[in-house]
Amino acid sequence: MARRPKGSIIGIGELKPVRYSTGKTTLSLIAESVRLAIQDAGISKGEVDGLLVGPQVGETPQHVPATVSEYLGINPAMSNTVDLGGATGPGMIWRAAAAIEAGMCETVVCVLANKNEKGETLRSPNRNPIREFDVPFGASGANTSYALLKRQHMEEYGSTQEEFAHLAYWARKNAQKNPDAIFYGKPAEVDDILASPLISDPLHLLEIVMPVAGGAAVVVTSEENANRGRHKPVYLRGAGEKITHRAVSQAPATNQLPFSYSIPKALEQAGINITDIDLFSLYDCYTSVVAVTLESAGLCKPGEFGSFVKSHTFGHDGDYPLNTHGGQLGFGQADLAGGMSHVIEAVHQLRGEADQRQIKDANLSLVTGNGATLSETTALVLGGER
Amino acid sequence: MNPQTNISLPRPTITPVSQPFWDSIKQGKLTLQQCEKCLDWVFYPREHCPHCFHDELIWREASGYGHLVTWSVIYRAGHPAWQELTPYIVGIVKLEEGPSLLTHLLIEEKDVFHLMEVEMDIQEIGPHPLPFFKKKEEN
Repeated sequence: MARRPKGSIIGIGELKPVRYSTGKTTLSLIAESVRLAIQDAGISKGEVDGLLVGPQVGETPQHVPATVSEYLGINPAMSNTVDLGGATGPGMIWRAAAAIEAGMCETVVCVLANKNEKGETLRSPNRNPIREFDVPFGASGANTSYALLKRQHMEEYGSTQEEFAHLAYWARKNAQKNPDAIFYGKPAEVDDILASPLISDPLHLLEIVMPVAGGAAVVVTSEENANRGRHKPVYLRGAGEKITHRAVSQAPATNQLPFSYSIPKALEQAGINITDIDLFSLYDCYTSVVAVTLESAGLCKPGEFGSFVKSHTFGHDGDYPLNTHGGQLGFGQADLAGGMSHVIEAVHQLRGEADQRQIKDANLSLVTGNGATLSETTALVLGGER
Repeated sequence: MNPQTNISLPRPTITPVSQPFWDSIKQGKLTLQQCEKCLDWVFYPREHCPHCFHDELIWREASGYGHLVTWSVIYRAGHPAWQELTPYIVGIVKLEEGPSLLTHLLIEEKDVFHLMEVEMDIQEIGPHPLPFFKKKEEN
């Protein structure tokens, strides 16, 4: 068995996403998420001795762990800022487990949240070299980066708009079974997705996540203490991580993107095959990411996600349950907390508390996170058993 | 006041290390760094070779030719100052020398195709000349 970080998830808290927040600070949303998570775990905040937080653009740019600790009124013996874009949430889980195994702490809260005030656009002051060599040419923001990735996939493999639209269709369809999802009650057919406006061609509006306000927190403790919580524990069985680049222009070939390392690594640590997975909780800021993730996971050959997507079903009762909470495409993306939604859904499913969208006998989930443009990737295998 | 009324096109945020790149663009030339030791070409500009980690990189004139790896027609610009210029096309060009860069394409959408040959065409946008690319002209 490969060496791996061991730990268990004993508490989760997630705010219902809202399109815009009013009168909130990110710190207050962080605290609310933490309150829900420790309540869910059945522990007091005094028992929290580790804290992992994310970077916050525009609010608390530095000294983030200290600022959050002070706000919460905790004194962690281990803390850090995890800065992996959309991979931050999953990246926190194995780091928490590793810190616990290293003897630095026993119970870690991993928390991400985002306020989203109407009319407010937060911009980082300087992001060289992207700010120097991409932005002046008219390429700002993630939409264009993921559009470039999608166009490349279409040209190299002949994948089609309709195939990509199927991924957004399933996200919306699954969101109809999650009352917390931002698109609950708002399904979208493949034709609706294809008819939505092109934002950065070839990406349509409905292939892009909706920015929302929200937050998510997860309580991680040791395997030995897994049963101290109020709920059935969920175990970290394996993890993999890889960074290959930052700017989309510096990305490796489409069949060598970093998930092709991090997902197999997580499966190897867990000692399982991709076919053993019951829930695919895959980061989905854009349809193009899901396509590449399915291919990198080995569910189909590079370039062939389209035929895979059209020959399988991805609901909770399908042959490949995928993002049963609606994914971020259906649930909404509360900035970095969006990535944590994939961890939270895996915990719901593995505890067996996913109500009308419960996967029968769910025991293993693959969770992925992705930051920048398929640059920072993390994969976790979570299990209902050790 | 609407914060977007006075917004201007974002200029390059030049560093001491990248200054030679922009100086040569002003003179109508594309220069890239080449590693003295492993001879690989390097972009973005830096002081250390990302291939062999040697710390002597030499600025050399590049051909200005490459081929188009991917592109996007932008309808909703990520930066407000670019919005009035939509739709426009950006793309990733793999230069003959090896490195890839992101650029603005002076090509109409109907004429764009995968792996088409392109050449640099320096444009004055705002106060600073920028290396845009266009379809390679037949010799």
